Amino acid sequence: MTTKELKQKSTIYRKKILQYIVKAKAGHTGGSLSSTDILNVLYNEVMNVSPQNFTSTDRDRYVQSKGHCVEALYVVLADKGFFPEEDLDTLCKYQSKYIGHPTRKVNGIEQNTGALGHGLPICVGTALAAKLDQKDYRVFTLMGDGELPEGSNWEAALSAAHYKLDNLCAIVDKNTLQITGPTADVCNTDPLDEKWKAFGWAVREVDGNDVEALTATFAALPFEKGKPSMIIAHTTKGKGVSFMENEVKWHHGVPNKEQYDQAINELDEILTSLSD
Amino acid sequence: MAEQINIIPGGDKPNQDVFSETLQRLAETDQNIIAVTSDSRGSGKLVPFGKKFPKQIVEVGIAEQNLVGVAAGLGSCDKKVFAVSPACFLTARSLEQIKNDICYSDHPVTVVGISAGVSYGALGSTHHSLHDFAALRAINNIIIVAPADNYETEQATLIAAESKQPVYLRFGKKVMPLLKENSKEVFAFGKGRVITEGDDIAIIANGETVDPAVKAAALLKESGINATVVSMHTIKPLDTELLSALAGKVKAIITVEEHSVNGGLGEACASYLLQNGYYKPFKIMGIPDEYTVSGSQVEIFKHYGISAEGISNQAKRLLT
Repeated sequence: MTTKELKQKSTIYRKKILQYIVKAKAGHTGGSLSSTDILNVLYNEVMNVSPQNFTSTDRDRYVQSKGHCVEALYVVLADKGFFPEEDLDTLCKYQSKYIGHPTRKVNGIEQNTGALGHGLPICVGTALAAKLDQKDYRVFTLMGDGELPEGSNWEAALSAAHYKLDNLCAIVDKNTLQITGPTADVCNTDPLDEKWKAFGWAVREVDGNDVEALTATFAALPFEKGKPSMIIAHTTKGKGVSFMENEVKWHHGVPNKEQYDQAINELDEILTSLSD
Repeated sequence: MAEQINIIPGGDKPNQDVFSETLQRLAETDQNIIAVTSDSRGSGKLVPFGKKFPKQIVEVGIAEQNLVGVAAGLGSCDKKVFAVSPACFLTARSLEQIKNDICYSDHPVTVVGISAGVSYGALGSTHHSLHDFAALRAINNIIIVAPADNYETEQATLIAAESKQPVYLRFGKKVMPLLKENSKEVFAFGKGRVITEGDDIAIIANGETVDPAVKAAALLKESGINATVVSMHTIKPLDTELLSALAGKVKAIITVEEHSVNGGLGEACASYLLQNGYYKPFKIMGIPDEYTVSGSQVEIFKHYGISAEGISNQAKRLLT
């Protein structure tokens, strides 16, 4: 896909994320919008995973550790053909399998998540299995910067380096905000790159809302042979909608009709500019 | 007429040893057998396993949350995973990982709680697991098994390796006597094992408390009281068919467990019996709601009446 096409995809994904959050009257809006470009590039440019190979042991694995931003994942999976997009009309509705966190009942989801700090340990196990089976598949997990104080992440970080899991890539969606406020004020994890390096990881930083930069960064995996790779993706929470960007209230805010219309107008303007 | 009670004197091995030997046997022909340990291969008796199958043991260091998460990841890739760690840490510190990563996500991992109950004796309450049945009973999609003797341990390990559902196996450190000679019966999860038969009282126990229960039955017999002793190794799913049959036969029921009296085997049995119209004199024996007295496992057992004398006295009180 060209950079322009990827940008268009991201914008369409953002429109759909908002559409289904409004319909569900629930969702993690800000984080879904900050992570959209990462998921876009992963599923459209990087990972070898599709509805056709999802039962193959050779597929790449993706575990969304920041499970609450499931709306972005659902929209991307629907676009990839894992399930009909109209299924998302039932998002968070009574008896729907499309609940507010990833669940394996939904085609394309590898692991039930939602509690934070769980993705990385699971991915260490999955990456170890690949090594044991001498398989080439890769394992990806997306973490939020707000979930990093969970100790289990650092337990897993040690194991990943100990076992030299260079088939494992963790991405931190560093949008710098969590439900209480700025992550730096809640529990400062900076300097993040130095921490991961000290834990034995190969680290790169990237603009996590720049699809071209993301594509180039993923193309460089593994960053160092014999080391797990960490991508610190600097993102904007609420990306793409002016009044949502960097506003903590949109962590799980649901736009009203007026706000929704404005947001869609802004995203349509981006689409128009991309078609020029 | 009650059956002759048949206890093999002298015992055999700790169940933990039998677990490890069985796992080793499985690994000989199956490279998908994986043990995951948290600096626990010594207490889990897995040192020989690790030496023989270095690629089939994953060591995460003292990090139980990671232990269970890693086990779930391996389990998601068709590995037959045994996550082995002291029960006290495994079922408390990593309870959320058991709940979400294994049970909720439905990966067929076997969680193995070693040195369970008060096996660590005088090391104190940090090292006791008296909550694990209760905590895990309330979690959907996990089979909970506390084998009583070496035979049950071997069988449980073999079945767990092939189970498509998550399993919790719970072992202690004590040398356990074989409860029946040359067991021919088919061992299955969810099917209680009747050790002795008698019509007066049922003593339903599991794990390392089955041994004193059987000895209590021998004492009771001397007083003319015939007891059925059941090794209810599987707490979930509970053998309700056997419970119904027992409740229809005996005058009173005692449960015995190396666990808090809250939320374990006893309350599981009581819940079933009461809700199904069986109203019998009933007593739950276990560790009361307190931090235990200090002492060895045997001393702690004795202190709380989990002994041949304690159980038989309780039986007599219940029958009068």
